[in-house]
Amino acid sequence: MSGNAVYRPDANEALLTLVNVYKTFPVRASFFSAEEVRVRAVDGVSLSLQPGKTLGLVGESGCGKSTMGKLAIRLLDPDSGTIRFEGKDMARLAGEELRGMRRRMQIIFQDPYSSLNPRMKVQDIVGEGWFVHGLARGRELRDKAALLLERVGLTAEARNKYPHEFSGGQRQRIGIARAIALSPRLIVADEPVSALDVSVQAQILNLLKGLQEEYGMAYLFVSHDLRVIRHVSDHVAVMYSGKVMELGPSEELFSRPSHPYTRSLLSAAPMLGGAPAEHIVLSGDIPSPVAPPPGCRFHTRCFRARKFCSECSPLLREVAPGRFAACHFV
Amino acid sequence: MGRYVLRRILVSIPLLIGISIITFVVINMAPGGPIGVASDMNPKATAEYRERLKAYYGLDQPVHVRYIRWLGRMAVLDFGDSFSLDGRKVWDKIKERIPVTLLINALSMSLIFLIAVPIGIYSAVRKGSVFDRISTVAVFTGFAIPTFWLALLLMILFGVHLGWLPISGLVSLEYDALSLPLKILDRAGHLVLPVFLAAFGGLAGISRYMRSNMLEVIRQDYIMTARAKGLPEKVVVRRHAVRNALLPVITIFGLSIPGLLGGSVIFETIFAIPGMGQLFYQGVMSRDYPLIMGILTIGAFLTLLGNILADVGYAVADPRINTERAG
Repeated sequence: MSGNAVYRPDANEALLTLVNVYKTFPVRASFFSAEEVRVRAVDGVSLSLQPGKTLGLVGESGCGKSTMGKLAIRLLDPDSGTIRFEGKDMARLAGEELRGMRRRMQIIFQDPYSSLNPRMKVQDIVGEGWFVHGLARGRELRDKAALLLERVGLTAEARNKYPHEFSGGQRQRIGIARAIALSPRLIVADEPVSALDVSVQAQILNLLKGLQEEYGMAYLFVSHDLRVIRHVSDHVAVMYSGKVMELGPSEELFSRPSHPYTRSLLSAAPMLGGAPAEHIVLSGDIPSPVAPPPGCRFHTRCFRARKFCSECSPLLREVAPGRFAACHFV
Repeated sequence: MGRYVLRRILVSIPLLIGISIITFVVINMAPGGPIGVASDMNPKATAEYRERLKAYYGLDQPVHVRYIRWLGRMAVLDFGDSFSLDGRKVWDKIKERIPVTLLINALSMSLIFLIAVPIGIYSAVRKGSVFDRISTVAVFTGFAIPTFWLALLLMILFGVHLGWLPISGLVSLEYDALSLPLKILDRAGHLVLPVFLAAFGGLAGISRYMRSNMLEVIRQDYIMTARAKGLPEKVVVRRHAVRNALLPVITIFGLSIPGLLGGSVIFETIFAIPGMGQLFYQGVMSRDYPLIMGILTIGAFLTLLGNILADVGYAVADPRINTERAG
């Protein structure tokens, strides 16, 4: 049992900090009952992201990582907790101030088909933000759109086409162009390559990296794909059932995972360069987000679980300099 | 696009002929016949007289011969003469009935769309709200109430007890004596109940359709990106959601075109409105073959036309539909 310091997000100079963020969604218990139960999507998460860096958010589907992404740019409001962007409490922003803030935070979605309005031309999709914020219109907007499309690897002619005329990878490029159009400081990339072929994935990841180097944006990169996360992230947060299990610099976390959950994830992932060091097979399913297990969320499937784990929830504590894990045994 | 429309029209022609063959055969297979209607109750009608009548109307010929003759006349847009006692041209009989039916149906359709589309949009945007629940219950109640029964209730309330509205016909008895503004008022008063009732039952369909379209569109990621761009919520709903959700409604519009002229047998009978529905009902009861065929052919023609218009409208509005490739 470690008595080390509990994780506190570093608010100094951070672009984005989340402190004790909770988010639940109502679901009807059954069709016939009026009783309402709540899914606990994000259950007390604290994180921070430095400008120009990439924080990878990884976990199985349903662990709350996409919800985190949407909370981060206030497409959803948290039930409780504080989210600060550029030092400002997002919950207190409203009206004009919020709209101004929206320019500096954007999102790229997983599905390149549903994320582009099928009835708008590419230049209007890309340029609507400029129009809304009074930055460009008419001819200027079209010229800017052409330049931007070329920057993301499309032709200038693409601006006059409709989304359906492009392939999935090209559509994702349009989505990226749209996201960077307003020169944001933060981009939430919500599984941006999960719907693409592997060869196209690499192109899109390289494009995102290149854009980051050029414009200095920070990415909150959400993915279930460990290889992708490892490739793009500076820091990684591993989520499970709405909580952060492990947090640390990407390379260290991947080469020496400390939390049992991270270790089992890595052992299950096919990696280049030989078989993983250990082979851990998890039994059971992800716990129900409606009624998560008491104590450590992972104890129902953990190979190291003891009786104690079901009684007391571990805090996210520092296990090595800069590395944090929520486990009683590390 | 021009070629696409042309091809659709050409494909429709054999379809129209096919429909007319089926209706012609079915009508002729139906029990009874115009000669029976005209002579069964007449004790003086002899077998010889019946034969003469049959020959007079051309009914002594086999069905396929009669169909080909009918088709030949239709080719030059001759609908033939009615079998009824006045023996007038079918087209003339139809022509004089069209305006009133068209007026009532156009008004009720507009009413349906004007009310149902906003209801659908608002219920979707505020899904699960009090408004959503109340409107859901209300439109389904409207859908479930038999309109002829509601019509009778409203006639009793507004026509008999309150005396606010007339309950039958298109104009009052003293119509000719009224001044122009009063004439307009009189006509409008006669239309209130039929139009309201015709619209009432149709609200459920369109509003639910619009609601589910909206819900489908709202959960798309591009709605969330629109919010992320910093667009005000109103603009997100109007520009991004409603425009996409309205698209399928074009199809409903196209498909309701035949209904505009078809008229409703039930309404026109309850309110004694001399429209197409009533004419068709009379035609069927007296086995007036040319009249029935005429009305059904017009109906078939309008249905096909509505389909083409719906598809063309959709192609114009939705850039995803490629008319050059898709047939």
